[in-house]
Amino acid sequence: MANMLSVRNLRIGATVYPPGEAPKDIEIVHGVSFDLERGKVLGLIGESGAGKSTIGLSALAYGRGGVRITGGEVLLDGEDLLKADKKGIRQIRGARVCYVAQSAAAAFNPAHKLGDQVIEATLEHGLMTREEARARALYLFNILGLPDPDNFGDRYPHQVSGGQLQRAMTAMALCSNPELIVFDEPTTALDVTTQIDVLAAIKNAIEETDTAALYITHDLAVVAQISDDIMVLRNGETVEYGPVQQIIEAPQEDYTKALISVRQTKQREARDQSQALLSVNNVSASYGNGFKVLHDISLHVPRGQTLAVVGESGSGKSTLARVITGLLPPTDGSITFADEDLPAQHKKRTRDQMRRIQLIYQMADTAMNPRQTVGQIIGRSLTFYFGLRGRKKKERVQELLDEIEMGSGFYDRYPAELSGGQKQRVAIARALAAEPELILCDEPTSALDPLVAEGILDLLMRLQAETKVSYLFITHDIAIVRAIADSVAVMLQGRLVDFGPRSSVLSPPFDDYTDLLLKSVPEMELGWLEKVLATRRMESAGN
Amino acid sequence: MNTVMEDGKPRRRPLKQRYPLTVLILQRLGLSAGLLLAVSILIFGGVEALPGDFAQTYLGQSATPQAIANIRSQLGLERPVTTRYFEWLGNAVQGDFGKSWASGNSVSEQIGKRLGNSLFLAFCAAIISVPLAVGLGMLAVHFRNRVPDRIINIISLAAISLPEFFIGYLLILFFSVKFGVASFPATVYDGMSFADRLSAIALPTITLVFVVLAHMMRMTRAAIISVMSSAYMETAELKGLGAFKTIIRHAAPNAIAPIVNVVALNLAYLVVGVVVVEVVFVYPGMGQYMVDAVTVRDMPVVQACGLIFAAVYILLNMVADLIAIVANPKLRHPR
Amino acid sequence: MRLREIPITAWIGIIGILLAFGCAIFAPLLAPYGEREIVGDVWLAADAHFLLGTDNLGRDLLSRLIYGARTTLFVALAASVLSFSIGIFLSFTAAVSRGIIDQGLSRFNDLMMSIPTLIFALVVLAVLPQNLWILIAVMAVLDSTRVYRLGRAVALDVAVMEFVEAAKLRGEGKMWIIFREILPNTLSPLLAEFGLRFAFSILFLSTLSFLGLGIQPPAADWGGMVKDNKDGIIFGISAALIPGGAIATLAICVNMVVDWLLKRTSSLKGGRGDG
Repeated sequence: MANMLSVRNLRIGATVYPPGEAPKDIEIVHGVSFDLERGKVLGLIGESGAGKSTIGLSALAYGRGGVRITGGEVLLDGEDLLKADKKGIRQIRGARVCYVAQSAAAAFNPAHKLGDQVIEATLEHGLMTREEARARALYLFNILGLPDPDNFGDRYPHQVSGGQLQRAMTAMALCSNPELIVFDEPTTALDVTTQIDVLAAIKNAIEETDTAALYITHDLAVVAQISDDIMVLRNGETVEYGPVQQIIEAPQEDYTKALISVRQTKQREARDQSQALLSVNNVSASYGNGFKVLHDISLHVPRGQTLAVVGESGSGKSTLARVITGLLPPTDGSITFADEDLPAQHKKRTRDQMRRIQLIYQMADTAMNPRQTVGQIIGRSLTFYFGLRGRKKKERVQELLDEIEMGSGFYDRYPAELSGGQKQRVAIARALAAEPELILCDEPTSALDPLVAEGILDLLMRLQAETKVSYLFITHDIAIVRAIADSVAVMLQGRLVDFGPRSSVLSPPFDDYTDLLLKSVPEMELGWLEKVLATRRMESAGN
Repeated sequence: MNTVMEDGKPRRRPLKQRYPLTVLILQRLGLSAGLLLAVSILIFGGVEALPGDFAQTYLGQSATPQAIANIRSQLGLERPVTTRYFEWLGNAVQGDFGKSWASGNSVSEQIGKRLGNSLFLAFCAAIISVPLAVGLGMLAVHFRNRVPDRIINIISLAAISLPEFFIGYLLILFFSVKFGVASFPATVYDGMSFADRLSAIALPTITLVFVVLAHMMRMTRAAIISVMSSAYMETAELKGLGAFKTIIRHAAPNAIAPIVNVVALNLAYLVVGVVVVEVVFVYPGMGQYMVDAVTVRDMPVVQACGLIFAAVYILLNMVADLIAIVANPKLRHPR
Repeated sequence: MRLREIPITAWIGIIGILLAFGCAIFAPLLAPYGEREIVGDVWLAADAHFLLGTDNLGRDLLSRLIYGARTTLFVALAASVLSFSIGIFLSFTAAVSRGIIDQGLSRFNDLMMSIPTLIFALVVLAVLPQNLWILIAVMAVLDSTRVYRLGRAVALDVAVMEFVEAAKLRGEGKMWIIFREILPNTLSPLLAEFGLRFAFSILFLSTLSFLGLGIQPPAADWGGMVKDNKDGIIFGISAALIPGGAIATLAICVNMVVDWLLKRTSSLKGGRGDG
């Protein structure tokens, strides 16, 4: 069968604007080639900066920002897109090749109805009459499982949820009956329980309409469910390219193996619950506008151990951390730390109480003052809590830098000069400098690439073994919970649905929501999606 | 404002969710009313609270205490401030701003004609500068970071740095004195034909346009760029829409609110510009009237003009905000 | 930062500003005649004696221009420094304190800004005695409302960042948070804003003087000189345009430097610097 899309030796360049320097041209994709047959799905996978989105957009002959295609061929049915003129490219975009963006919320125009936007390209290219296009949209809304498909098109983007928007965007791409759709991380911004529905809807729609697709993601487990072939990319180069089964079950390259094994992080033996260091007693909390975000939460963090708080966005898990730090005083309930009551407001706490509880943020970028050096960032805690100055302070900072496996050469660097993982390490060192008994970790690894994230988790575990520090670890990722938690708290819409030792929470009998959460996490296993969907169908039939 | 609060408060949350548009519009109207009231207090009370005695000012340093006392009672200054404020405000609402200290004539009568003249001038300037600014802003965005954009940037940078009077006199020197194609001073009188009126205000209008245009254009450019770089514009491009359709269908509906905002922000330059331009061109408008009154410390006139200028400005801003509110699809189509 | 990265327009601006300040500082040395000295006939054309001609009273225009730089720059600079201090102090206090202090200050600021600056100035100057310091104070107070608005926005942007929260949770005091955490991260936009305020003060002062409400004669200042010589325009005498041009040139110079500072600010944030 002839290849519908053939990419040959694709090179992509960009102009970058480093602060304080003249703009310069760099190459971000260095000669990538692949083929795609009609009706097949190719998964492009890689970490941030791998060039996967850029490659995907080249199938529409499009470069974002200062990005431009500098060499190679993009052949659509044998015709080179890069040689087509403006008009030729326009006739392809939206008609033969369509695009589904990561953030559908931003990609839909807020001023128009969803239905009009879905059929716009089809009408523009004169592919159908308005009635035909409407009927097609209705059909697509149906197979994508959108609620009230008859009236869905009359709604505006802000009137529907994120998961529905993502499905509407898929409908928009499918409407003109294209030969190829480029999916650019379509489920990344969604919660895990929503992701599975959207994923199933996309998969179903692709099969129903027999469209080929490029599926771009950083999550190998997701792409394994939907692709026929997989290409692993790193720094703009192909690492490995082959059928999905070979990549998942018999990877050849070390990098691919690492990507696969990171998902199956070694499980640490959960320890028996020790005595409570921090207790949260019947805490409720509201925002200033009276909106209640926490309902009667009671849990405790065992001394020297890890409590994982897991939940989706809006579950109140980060708010819980704000309440514990005293940034958001609870409306009800109390917090006990090392057998004494903590004042509700951080301003009323003593310096020593503050020292003993430290916080690590999700975004290390914004958690560190960009105008301070690594030495100043870590050193301030030493001066502030222990009065260390001059040489003593410097020596202690060096020790801490060694602890986090970064050399002393970083002392005078600014955060902007560090990589994402290094920044998070510095943030850990800053927390460690206070010699705390409890560190609240607010999704410290979710903004990082998987391999880097694994390094951070290993570091945290080693530090716990050495210093006996306790963690309250907030995450949405069950895999992390399995890897590091001694006890687990599951939250849903501001309520605690399950709390206890890991062994009891993560093994049957499950709480309903915990069960859903567990089953929604994609696993590195072919056919996992079908299996889950089949179970779901059986359960709903049984009910 | 009070009616909104009293009426809206107990049922506020459901109302706000059901009719966000109506509630916001009412709030905005209430805000303007409150602002106007506060401004009137500021203008009246501020003048009262400042050091120096009206009567002293009125008569000059050499006045005898007896004369001062006489004048005070004549102007009614011995009565309590609040009484005089409410009297002043009550009359002002009915269009009566008292009598000028300098001429003894009714302030309202003087203002009546001059306000019309000023508004006419400002309106002409606005009607030229707003489309021109939007057009040039779009042009600059279209040629972003290329030569036309740079030229527009440099010229507008120069234009915002030029004082109104400098532009005015430059125009007078060339067009009235050297070439004799325009009239100076810009006299208008009753019974003048509309065409004559337009030709009389040609130079003042050009001056005003120049001043307002530069500010407005720079901000329009920024507003358009922010709309053009939205993700939905990329979506439109990737649908294969032509440039024209992309802009008309996808950029325009979302650009209305920010551009209206820019226009509103720049109305301040228009109001201030009118004052200076009227003085330069000896144009019989409110601005010149106010400046003359300030020089001779004719307080009723100063207060009246200040209040009217502020009111016009507040009302224009309110209209702009209302347009922006109505243009917002999230408010027009609540969940 | 290296000198050669400064664009040519900014260089022109910097040189122009230095030139104006040079004139202001060394006025008695540079000026060929005295500030108030009547040296010839009214509105003489430029010649070897009077490089720019004479004014409406027969004073040397060049000398008055040089002395005028003194008054204009001093008053504009004093007003912008003062307005900046008031605006930044109040806005940072509001941004760090939040709550009722922020509400009160911000609503009052909205009220002040709901009257166009010039109109407000006219009302106030109609009552107050005419005096240099009062003029500076009025300009500064009115202008500080603009500084307040920007300062609060910038400070709030930084104040909600997590490193500020981290400092609060460490137990740091308000002073540390303002001066060590927030201020260093807001210097760039604030510097640009200071330039803008300075350019605005020059124009505003000139406008007031032109209207006869700023610097009082016989002291020379650029806006007042335009007023003095404006009647000559009808006779084709361009004496009024020379101080007018000086104001414009200086304002352009300041704005060119500001333009560069603003672009630098946005490129520091990782933007492309052309927003």
